[in-house]
Amino acid sequence: MSSKSSKKKFNILEHELVPKHEVLTKEEAVELMKSLGIGPERLPWIRASDPVVKALGAKPGDIIKIVRKSPTAGESVAYRFVVSG
Amino acid sequence: MSDFISAKKLDELLDSARSLLPVGVFNELRERLTRLQLTEDEARRIIDLAIKEYLGSLIEPGEAVGTVTAQSVGEPGTQMTLRTFHYAGVRELNVTLGLPRLIELVDARKMPETPIMVIHLDEDHRYDRVKALKVARSIETTKLENIISKIDIDLATSTIIIDLDPEMLEDKGLTREDVIKALSKVKALSGRVSTDDADVNRIYVEIPVNYDFIKIQKLRDRLLKLKLKGIKGINRVIVQRRGDEYVLITDGTNLEAVLRVEGVDPRRVFTNSIYEVENVLGIEAARQALINEIRNVLEEQGLDVDVRHVMLIADMMTMTGVVRQIGRHGIAGEKASVLARASFEVTVKYLFDAAARGEVDELRGVAENVIIGQIAPIGTNLVRLIMNPTIAKRSE
Repeated sequence: MSSKSSKKKFNILEHELVPKHEVLTKEEAVELMKSLGIGPERLPWIRASDPVVKALGAKPGDIIKIVRKSPTAGESVAYRFVVSG
Repeated sequence: MSDFISAKKLDELLDSARSLLPVGVFNELRERLTRLQLTEDEARRIIDLAIKEYLGSLIEPGEAVGTVTAQSVGEPGTQMTLRTFHYAGVRELNVTLGLPRLIELVDARKMPETPIMVIHLDEDHRYDRVKALKVARSIETTKLENIISKIDIDLATSTIIIDLDPEMLEDKGLTREDVIKALSKVKALSGRVSTDDADVNRIYVEIPVNYDFIKIQKLRDRLLKLKLKGIKGINRVIVQRRGDEYVLITDGTNLEAVLRVEGVDPRRVFTNSIYEVENVLGIEAARQALINEIRNVLEEQGLDVDVRHVMLIADMMTMTGVVRQIGRHGIAGEKASVLARASFEVTVKYLFDAAARGEVDELRGVAENVIIGQIAPIGTNLVRLIMNPTIAKRSE
């Protein structure tokens, strides 16, 4: 990313603030949209320029599944739609 | 005496609840049940009751959660101290908290009033004060002015005379050679830096020929601000003991650079600048940081606000993939309805703009329906009647 990163580069996905992200496959995405009954653009968005999206190599149009640590539910699953920008 | 349920049977019963309950609730239920001596029937009834209770406490469709959040955060907000500075206990480092900090957070300011980082160290450096200090020194910005005792301009010989302070040099972990190297890197001065054989703490800088007095003054001021070591933006680092480990607290923030510093635990480097978190770690991390920071402010003021409200605020702010402020340049200003936008701030501007563009208000939201005196579409009024002609025909 930066020219200064001569040392071992830190993977931001390991940072404590970053919850687990994973890219859904086409089939999973279709399944999810069917169960929610909405189009993907009505999910919360995540930009293609987002550092996590870059690290995962996701493309605009993908859906990212996020497993957050939640103080109320222990674990909660959220989805974000990758948009360009 | 009826038989108590075996652990295996209990797990089988619990499996039916696994998909219905969130992980946290499920784990607590299982933990409590395994501790009790129960018959199968009792266990089944408790599990059923837990599921029923959970489903009953879910938010109902149409509940005006946004309004509830606004009230629940707004009311305690009136009790917050208007201008508080909380002294962290160590030297003069202070942190903006209370209302100013809360406003800063929901306004999504680029830079907090008092930028601060909390840096945890890796296994090697965590438990040793000396090692922690070494990492601290490599992070803290040290300028020439921090390590000299005197700087003079000698016009007769056309030199700048710098006297180093050996104690400060030692303290910052620098040597005279480091200083000379840094000075030689300044474009106008390459080859013009020399030392004094008699005095080890003296450095001579020859002034380039065609410099007039004002230019020399400027050069001197520039040299004073010359960065010798450290990370840009971090003015001071304090080593603090927390439990059995040492952590670094900084004045100033630069997340991206600190993550690469040797000796820190990059997984646990935190900054109070949401903007930096968003840029370096992404929108989800920014959401989490927002929740932590807002919660921190409320808790510090002794206000008991449910996390769910704070989570809703953070969700709204990060909805579009970038951190938006709550206000007319963010969430409130991007509402679909003209009347809802106009009801927030700068009413006339929004009405004029909408008129010029010929906007139509569909009256689907809450604010616009309150304005025109209709029942707002919340709760049971959210339900719209839609006729499905095929079904209507069948029942004829």
